[in-house]
Amino acid sequence: MSSFSVTEPSKRSKWFAGTLVILYALITMIPLAWIMLTGFKSPADAISYPPKVVFEPTLEGYVNLFTQRTRQTQEYLDANPPENWRDEIVRQYDMVIVGPSKFGERFLNSVIIGFGSTFLSIFLGTLAAYAFSRFKIPLADDLLFFILSTRMMPPIAVAIPIFLMYRQLGLSDTHLGMILLYTAVNISLAVWLLKGFIDEIPREYEEAALIDGYTRFQAFYKVVLPQAATGIASTAIFCLIFAWNEYAFAVLLTSGTAQTAPPFIPTIIGVGGLDWPAVAAGATIFLIPVMIFTILLRKHLLRGITFGAVRK
Amino acid sequence: MAQIQIKNVRKEFGDFVAVKESSFTIEDGEFFMLLGPSGCGKTTTLRMIAGLELPTSGEIYLDGEEIGQRPPSERDIAFVFQMFALYPHMNVRKNLSYPLVSQGMPRAQVKAKVEEVAAILGITDILNRPVGGLSGGDRQRVALGRAIVRDPKAFMMDEPLGALDAEFREHMAEELRALHDRMNATTVYVTHDQLEAMQMGDKIVVMNNAVVEQFGTPQEIYDKPATMFVADFIGSPSMNFLNFDGVVSEGETSVALNGHPIAVPRQMQGSSGSLVFGVRPEHISLSDAGDYRGEVLATEYLGTTQIVTLDTPNGEVKARIDSTQVAKVGEKVGLNFEAPKVTLFDASNGLALLSELNQGVLSHG
Repeated sequence: MSSFSVTEPSKRSKWFAGTLVILYALITMIPLAWIMLTGFKSPADAISYPPKVVFEPTLEGYVNLFTQRTRQTQEYLDANPPENWRDEIVRQYDMVIVGPSKFGERFLNSVIIGFGSTFLSIFLGTLAAYAFSRFKIPLADDLLFFILSTRMMPPIAVAIPIFLMYRQLGLSDTHLGMILLYTAVNISLAVWLLKGFIDEIPREYEEAALIDGYTRFQAFYKVVLPQAATGIASTAIFCLIFAWNEYAFAVLLTSGTAQTAPPFIPTIIGVGGLDWPAVAAGATIFLIPVMIFTILLRKHLLRGITFGAVRK
Repeated sequence: MAQIQIKNVRKEFGDFVAVKESSFTIEDGEFFMLLGPSGCGKTTTLRMIAGLELPTSGEIYLDGEEIGQRPPSERDIAFVFQMFALYPHMNVRKNLSYPLVSQGMPRAQVKAKVEEVAAILGITDILNRPVGGLSGGDRQRVALGRAIVRDPKAFMMDEPLGALDAEFREHMAEELRALHDRMNATTVYVTHDQLEAMQMGDKIVVMNNAVVEQFGTPQEIYDKPATMFVADFIGSPSMNFLNFDGVVSEGETSVALNGHPIAVPRQMQGSSGSLVFGVRPEHISLSDAGDYRGEVLATEYLGTTQIVTLDTPNGEVKARIDSTQVAKVGEKVGLNFEAPKVTLFDASNGLALLSELNQGVLSHG
């Protein structure tokens, strides 16, 4: 099989492509792997030089992440023997657990705000994209550009006006305020991406549904939406990743009840010295929801559902 | 089933006029062809009947009821799309059930009806297959099934055979006509293929540039074209046009072509100036005798007949003659025209002049 073939790549190009992919994977995966490993190290192992790849795993980082601890006198410690494995871990530092940390709450805030704004962006974005795609709208191009232009400003440039506005409206440090803000930023992305996807769905499907006795909204809901599932899924992933990772707005506009995980995680450092394992543990847990969401929607990212039903 | 009446229907898209005031009637149970070149407004007309476009002005009557401005769901008209437009996320059975489900029909009844239609179309064995992997013909059958399953008042078909291979097309055309004969449903069928229109239609409307050029049975349209456009568009090869200048007065039975008198049907309308003598290739015969002569330029052998291209003083002419007759390139021969089948046109507006031949069919303006 030395002959040249157009469809089958040669051995050399396969080998080359494979190497490139592995190299790229290594570059992107090593920091992630390092974060995950650090979460299971002791503080001493985390900062040792040269860095340790082989070490004795401990859940210390995770215990520190989820708990608040205080240092106690030897008498107190002797009088109160450790009740469970968590107590035993913090006892090494003459500490006792006094309660849960705020990480759980902050993480929940991230979930509410991230998924809430993603849902709202997709909901509004799909309707707007459908309208832009199917109906004659006066100044449609200008409106689309205006929608996109909201994305061109860096968050930090608008943060102060938004901060003042939110204070007046009573929206600062609220879930609703953050959901609305992230939706406003994401909606441009959602409208543009989804318009592209909906443009590709032939109008005949809706027309067939209209003829079959459905209303315009039913046709949209029952015929267009399933066709656009691929686009909606990938748009949702992009929106969630933005809202989930957003730091600048969150650090400026939230401090308590609605604070998300990204501005909270760095504050862990200050609690008990440079507690890198706890920070790494927080980062690891913070990664999980987006990972699960992406894996769940992965099959929708593969195109080809509509293949063959319409001859082009 | 139903009669459909189109009255002065006009459609504009912004500044562009897609259909100018058009009127015609589709009788109950007719297989009705909307024929014309692309961009002539035939699909727009069809979509207006179905309710996918609303007319700018004019009325559409379905069984005497004005439906011009109603949404498609309130018209009870089925539509077969050129690209089939089967719902890609559903299997064949669900595609067929969909129009019935919208009417709120009970499940068991839907199932029975779908099986019945599937049996008629011979697609029972693919009912549970996804539509993605179906062949063109099967997709076409499913699209037809989705249209007939709810017994609508009328069917609209937008070039339903356009997406099929030539070989399969003929077969499907026969199947479609047989299906129509069996159900006797009013059908409006859009096509740009004049052969398809002649072959399948009970009646044909020929459209060009947003205007209805002629409306009648295939024979009427073929034998008695109302305009030069129709005469040229229908038939293969199309009608010969011999240009001449002259005067035709009422009651005249011959015209002078290059000084030779040629018989024509008795004229009912006078005209003068730039005129056109229109004759179909099969209405020309060649012989050694004959005053009007031409030189053979080429011959095309077609089995039982042959097409001979001749150079005449009034332009190039194609004649369809028996293939046993010998015609040599370069030979000068006499042309004889079958007088009763000739149509004269006014070259300035392209309209046919009224004569004994076409007076029963034509109604100018």
